[in-house]
Parts: sequence; structure tokens; C-alpha cells
Amino acid sequence: MNDLLTGFQMALNLILAADPEVLTITLTTLRITFTSVLIGTLISIPLGAAITFREFRGKKTLISIIQTLYALPTVIVGLLCYMVLSRSGPLGDLKWLFTPNGMIFGQTILIIPIMAGLTIAALQAIDPIITDTIRSLGATRLQFLKSHLREARFAIMAAIIVGFSRAISEVGTAIMIGGNIKGHTRVLTTAISLQTSMGNFNLSLALGIILLAIALIINLIMGFVQNR
Amino acid sequence: MIEIQDIVKEFDGNTVLTGVTETIQKGEIFAIIGPSGQGKTTLLRILGLLLKQTSGRILFEGKPISQISDSDPVRRRFGMVFQTPVAFKDSVYHNIALGLRYRGFSKEVIREKVMQKLEEIGLTGYENRKATTLSGGEKQRVSLARVMVTGPDVLILDEPTANLDPVSTEVIEDLIRYYNKKLGTTVILSTHDLMQGQRLADRVAVMMNGRFIQSGPIFDVFTRPCSEDVAKFIGISNVLSGKIIRKEEGMSVILVDGKEIHAIAEEPVGTQVKIAIRPEEITLHTGPDQWSSARNILFGVVEAVRPFGIISLIRVKSGDLILSVQVTWQSIKELDLKSGVQVSLSFKAPSVHIMPDENSYEC
Repeated sequence: MNDLLTGFQMALNLILAADPEVLTITLTTLRITFTSVLIGTLISIPLGAAITFREFRGKKTLISIIQTLYALPTVIVGLLCYMVLSRSGPLGDLKWLFTPNGMIFGQTILIIPIMAGLTIAALQAIDPIITDTIRSLGATRLQFLKSHLREARFAIMAAIIVGFSRAISEVGTAIMIGGNIKGHTRVLTTAISLQTSMGNFNLSLALGIILLAIALIINLIMGFVQNR
Repeated sequence: MIEIQDIVKEFDGNTVLTGVTETIQKGEIFAIIGPSGQGKTTLLRILGLLLKQTSGRILFEGKPISQISDSDPVRRRFGMVFQTPVAFKDSVYHNIALGLRYRGFSKEVIREKVMQKLEEIGLTGYENRKATTLSGGEKQRVSLARVMVTGPDVLILDEPTANLDPVSTEVIEDLIRYYNKKLGTTVILSTHDLMQGQRLADRVAVMMNGRFIQSGPIFDVFTRPCSEDVAKFIGISNVLSGKIIRKEEGMSVILVDGKEIHAIAEEPVGTQVKIAIRPEEITLHTGPDQWSSARNILFGVVEAVRPFGIISLIRVKSGDLILSVQVTWQSIKELDLKSGVQVSLSFKAPSVHIMPDENSYEC
């Protein structure tokens, strides 16, 4: 209990003092996570919409696979991305291994299944009469899509929050592709991992509290947008 | 304006529509009535271009509109309101404006048209409300406005008031009539509510077993059903079998369950027929020797009283013949009607409607 209290106190001190190292780690985390979520959103929503509104063979199987990938272990993504991005791998020429770009690449892949899957669920939950109404009002293909996305916007926003949460909290991909290089690829989760192994529980706890605080703020903002 | 030619629709081997043929005139209100599960919704969805028929075709202003794509401009001349009132998770304003936005109208034009529709449906001042918080009746008014604001030539309504209370139903019916009269919109609606069919429609079609078994002006269908099924559906509870045994003073005498009934019938002596008598066309008296000008007077005993709110149906047995008679709640009290009471029944010869003996599916 005392450790926890000290952790809180330390977190507060680090934030108030704007500790340069903590600041760098936090900013790197935010940059990587936001970029991953942005790219993930731009891929997942059109992908989810295409899967929902197109009829093709194996559609149900594909949706099942996507749902299975919700549980994709972060270390597996880390491993696969490592192999793809390593010097001899297919994308080795990008030289993304142990860079923030590589981490964005890995996290984007990690969150696409859950964001696309939740987008599909959101669109499938729309009342069929709403779909009939949109069609019978004479919507073009694009208007049809826009109206459906608008109708499902709250559930899709929830999909984005889930993607964000998964990206900011994962450690497997970040450490395997990023390598936890100080000032370069060190993010909150990898820093916590390192500090814990070094026995600095208080600092770990402080970093954890900062991470949760960021998640809380993001959720509050999204909640505010939803209720508007 | 709309010619429906032999429309057949199958779903996974089930034939839902077995060949619907009808011509709908410009500017009329055409009601499709019939029990649930007979294909009314399927037909309307095909007319509303949401579903493709298996075979047959539909001509709109002489041109076939079967198998058209989502982006065909003809689609925008049809509007549809569905049975369950639904609203988009947006303001009432956005809900009504949607079709206009699809059509690319300017903001000013949209505002003017939406405000006008809000006034027509009696929801002025509701524009900024969340549409999902409205009552069922209000949502259905918004649904109607959402369609009518786009100025369709044809308005299709699938059981538009089936989920609404009587007051909301009246509002919707008034609006349908208003748009039909004011804008000349052709209206095609389905209903299982016979009274609604009678209140609104110029012409009506009875749908059974996936086709129209009878269609025509309201009065014709409701007074001259062409088969036992139609007669029963439109609420004629007295449908009986009989045989024409002789002609008398220009009338036919029909033997029905041992009683002679006078009716106006063209069929020759010896023909087996079905007769239908509306329960409200039969007058009931207690006590003997009630003078009546009616051709048919029968004496019998009350078998049962079935209360139907203000109106009750009384079953009277006269020999082997059983007839249902409509009596007001007031009369039941005044005449002290209950099982076993002696009564006389009278009805005019023209009240007896003659139908063919076999219950054909088309007539």
C-alpha cells in the first residue's frame, strides 16, 4: 500500500516537474499511438464497410477470422513485423527496424482486426429499415455509405477508442520492433517494463499512472463528442 | 400509370407472390388488403424498387422499371414509408432533409422545404429535437415528411399505422389524404385494417395466397365479394351454402339449411350457390309479428351473445339455419337479449349477396 502511495506521489512530482525524460517518453508514446490509430482508422473503416456491404463467398469465414484476430498476441505481431522489417526481410529496405516508423507499422497491424471487426459489428447493428429508407430515398452508392457511417458513428467511435487503448497499452510489438532505445523508441510501456526489471517499482508505477491518465483524457474527450 | 404484370416472387423455393396483375391509375389511392403473411409487404418492396421479382414486369409510365439499379433516377420518383417507425440518430431537421441532401439542393432551399413539411405534419418547433426521442406516431409523421419533401410521384406505404395508436393513425391518414389531394401523389398502401382501407382508398385489392383475388372500387369489393374467402375477410360472418329452388316475382328463392331465402340472383333454378349476408343488414326484433317490409323474415332463438365492445354479435338459430346479427350494446340491455330468447330476424332480398359455390382463388 505504501508503495502505491509513493508511486502516486512520484507520478505527480514527475508530471509537475515536467521531467525531461518522462516528457520525451510520453510524447513518443502519443506520437506513435496517434499515428497508428489514424492509419488504422483510415484502413479499418473502409475495410469494415466494404466487408459489410458487399456479398462475396467466404464472407462469414472472413468475419470469423477477423474476430479471432482480436486476440492476436502482440509478440506474434512483433515477431512477424521483425521478420518483415529486418534487413533480409521483404521490407528491409525501408530500414524501419528499431525506429518509431517500425513501431507504427506493427501497432497498425495489431489494431486493424479489432477496429475493422467492431466497424462491421456497428454497421450490421443498423436497423434494416434504416437501410431500406436510405435506399428508397434515392441515395447514390457514396451517399449510402456516408449515411450508414453517420448512423453508426457512436459505435465506430467506440471502435476507435478500443484501437487506441490496444495500441497505447501493448508492449510486445513496441519492445521487439522498437527495441526500447532511450530518447528514440522508448515508450511508456517499454519504459515500465525496463524500470520494473531494474527494481524501480515507484518509477514504473508513476509511468503506469501517466499512461492511464492519457487513456482517461482520451475517453473523456470522446465521451464529450458523443454526447454533443 | 403503373402496370403490374404477372409478378412472381420466390424466396428459397417458397413462392410468396404467385402472379400479381393490376393497373394503378395516376392520382388514386390504391389499398392492398389481406391477412398477414400473404405477400403484401413483398409486393410493395418490389414496387418500391427494394426487391427484384423472380418474373413478371412492372411498367411505370409505359416503361419497364424491373431490375433497375440503385442509381437509376426513376428510383427518386418513388417514396416509401415502412411499418415500423424509424428515425436516424440525428435531429428531426436532418431526418427530413436527408432525401433533399441526396438530391443536392442548396441549404436555403432545404431549409424552406423542411420547415414547410414540419408545419404540415404539425411538428413546427421540433426541428432541433433528437428524432430518436419522438413517439412512434411522431416518428411516422417524420418518416412521411422525409419522403414527401422529395416530391415523389408515387408514395408507397407498408402498413403505415399498424404500430400506432388511434389518434396517431388518424393524423397519418389525414396526411396521406392531404398529400394525395393537394399534390396529386399516387398512393399505394397495404393494410390489414379493413376500416382504414375503406376510409382512405379509391380502389382496393384483396391479396390472398400471393395474388389479388379481387380488386375494384371500394364499394364493389365490400358489397360484392367474389368468393367465400373474400367475404369472410371483409367481415361478412354469414356465408352459407344453398340451392336456387324456384323463381318468384322476379326473385330467386334459395333453400339454405332448410329455410327459404329470397334473393336477387341471375343464376338458373338448380344452381348451387354461396350466399353472404352482412350481420349489420339483419334487423332483430323481440316479440311476435313485428311488421317489416323486408322480404325475408325468420323466427329463431338466441344461441349466443358475443360482445365486441359497443357492438355485439348475436347468434340466432332458426331451425337448422344459424345467422349472426349485429346489435348495439344498448339494444341488448333494452331487449334483455340472452341465450334462449325468442326473436325474429328480417333482411331485404338485395342484402343477400350471391357468390359461386366453389371457393375459387381468382374472380
